Amino acid sequence: MTMLLASGEVLSHKKYGEHYHSLTIVTPDIGERVRPGQFVSIRCGENRASILRRPFSVYRVHKRGGWASTIEIVFDIRGPGTTHLSQLRGHSIVDLIGPSGRGFVLPKRRAHCLLVGGGIGAAPLFFLADELRNEGHRVDVILGARNSGLLLGAIEARRLASVCRTTTEDGSMGDTGRVTDVLSDTIRRCETEVVYACGPHPMLAAVSRICLEQKVPIQVAVEELMACGYGVCMTCVMPLRRPPKRDESPEDAVVYARSCTEGPVFNGAQIVWNGAADLVAVDQGELTPAGAPTRHGGIEDPSDEHAPPGN
Amino acid sequence: MAILTSRLGPLDLQNPVLAASGTFGAGREGSVFVNLDELGGIIVKSMTVTPWKGKPTPRMCETPSGMLNAIGIQNKGVDRFISEDLPWLLKQGATVFASIAGNTVDEFVRVADKLRTGGRGIAAVEVNISCPNLEDRNNMFSHSPAATAAVVGKVKAALKRVPIFPKLSPNVTSLSKIAEAALNGGADGLSLVNTVFGMAIDVETRRPKLAGVVGGLSGPAIHPIAVRAVHEIHSNFPHVPIIGQGGIAGAEDALQLILAGASAVAVGTMNFVDPSACRTVAEGIASYMDRHHVTDVAELVGALKIEG
Ligand SMILES: Cc1cc2nc3c(=O)[nH]c(=O)nc-3n(C[C@H](O)[C@H](O)[C@H](O)COP(=O)(O)OP(=O)(O)OC[C@H]3O[C@@H](n4cnc5c(N)ncnc54)[C@H](O)[C@@H]3O)c2cc1C
Ligand SMILES: Cc1cc2nc3c(=O)[nH]c(=O)nc-3n(C[C@H](O)[C@H](O)[C@H](O)COP(=O)(O)O)c2cc1C
Ligand code: FES
Repeated sequence: MTMLLASGEVLSHKKYGEHYHSLTIVTPDIGERVRPGQFVSIRCGENRASILRRPFSVYRVHKRGGWASTIEIVFDIRGPGTTHLSQLRGHSIVDLIGPSGRGFVLPKRRAHCLLVGGGIGAAPLFFLADELRNEGHRVDVILGARNSGLLLGAIEARRLASVCRTTTEDGSMGDTGRVTDVLSDTIRRCETEVVYACGPHPMLAAVSRICLEQKVPIQVAVEELMACGYGVCMTCVMPLRRPPKRDESPEDAVVYARSCTEGPVFNGAQIVWNGAADLVAVDQGELTPAGAPTRHGGIEDPSDEHAPPGN
Repeated sequence: MAILTSRLGPLDLQNPVLAASGTFGAGREGSVFVNLDELGGIIVKSMTVTPWKGKPTPRMCETPSGMLNAIGIQNKGVDRFISEDLPWLLKQGATVFASIAGNTVDEFVRVADKLRTGGRGIAAVEVNISCPNLEDRNNMFSHSPAATAAVVGKVKAALKRVPIFPKLSPNVTSLSKIAEAALNGGADGLSLVNTVFGMAIDVETRRPKLAGVVGGLSGPAIHPIAVRAVHEIHSNFPHVPIIGQGGIAGAEDALQLILAGASAVAVGTMNFVDPSACRTVAEGIASYMDRHHVTDVAELVGALKIEG
């Protein structure tokens, strides 16, 4: 679990699909420890104008062969940090911290797993899919994006998944619409026992709501703005509800948990997505539906575990 | 090889570089990267009498050469600091500066009282008076000489022999007036400076980038502001020990604050970039001293040369 401050050497940088970039970095100490859903914080140059590290999910790890101990990240150019990364070439040295955060919890017994990703946010699902398959679980995938160019790894997903559905808002690939339009149907058809999702927060909120209705455990990997990425600054918090203590209002039972250390993977049913409107008390019983592999595959009842233990 | 041991008023530090409050938690996370007994000291996240939840997100955004934050002092309260963090920190051999905050004078006093009785082993207390004062229309304590004197006086009375360093805000017309009020209240030294007020707007959505609308600017962007503040206070109160902070990214930045009059410095935002930044800065100071044939940090404190 321990994070390291490490340096890595860029093995390759290539375009990924129409829109994204992929960077493969040789960093044995991180490559050997990282789990699906964890991330690395990369220092994007020594430029004093933009100083903070940038967090990236690990898209893939290569543990064997000529590529052993490398991690791969995929990204979208957004601002100075990702522009810097897009200019790196083979042999560039990068400064990383990782593996960071708590990754996905894998089911303890064989389960039907549905992985739901939106756009570039789908990045950590491929590493997760590899591990789930290695452990003998069934993997189904739904990928969504605004258009086909922004779908991440659609071909890869088809190779990995028993059932793979894609949705685009403009209908350029797969079903027209959003991942949530096909989610309930896929859960039913695939007899899904646990859902893993990552992508933009409104998507995660909608996916969590549907999973709650369908009584399927839902783990989400969130992307909250991070200043430090290792638990000291308190900028990256997510509001989580824990079971209210006696005489406590639902508002008081909300704790802010750091997504860089207690997350980025959380129980989606526990996140307060829409502020106060969301606090119309959810019966805690629903968070661990009977029959679903929550105890095994889902997140344990987080209660105090998610109270900020640090600062 | 230069010796980095430093005197900060009544305190002996093994080196003059501390971790700034709110940027190194209570040391646990950072201890993965650096031994806490290698630091000059750690000023822990500000603590309040009851746990504070802090503000909604987004709580930060990056700005040119720095960042804005509006955390709202999320902390688990002084009781848990005393029971969970302090014993652990002392076991690591850390030099511990507590940092206390509150929204009323009474809240500050209650934290101070708890630290007096339960805080054995604390080296000093930084008093974070950059907090809204509920009894004065939410003006910050640190923006009013009267409120500063009131808090500092009461906290000093509560803490008795533990040295206190009120931490002043740079967002004032006359820093010296506030410093004077703090010193009259019984401050043993001063911490200069806290973050600078700032704000950023997302032009696409026309919304503030921080949920708290206004935040505190930190990082290299504010370094010149900190240097000037330390220079002003050291010029007007030459015997007062100062912890200089604001925008330290490397040894040169720390040395500027020391030359301006700081006896010790604190590294803040840079800890986010490099969890071992305090050690790197201390090493850089040592090599500067070797290069300049300086054997004692004290020779550098306030050693600024101004002609005429
Ligand atoms: C745990 C985690 C994992 C991530 N994984 C990936 C990944 O695998 N691939 C990838 O491309 N990106 C990922 N991100 C987002 C990535 O960190 C940002 O894209 C990056 O920081 C942008 O830096 P920049 O300097 O290029 O742009 P900036 O100028 O910093 O930002 C440009 C725009 O992107 C937005 N942005 C910045 N950071 C984030 C963020 N954390 N979440 C959402 N929006 C943000 C900003 O608000 C701004 O509008 C992840 C973020 C987190 C927290
Ligand atoms: C995220 C963050 C949280 C902070 N929290 C506190 C705090 O709780 N108490 C306090 O006195 N100062 C706090 N500060 C201010 C720092 O201690 C420091 O004085 C300031 O950031 C200037 O130094 P820097 O430019 O090196 O960061 C915080 C700063 C940041 C960036
Ligand atoms: S990013 Fe600093 S605490 Fe999470």
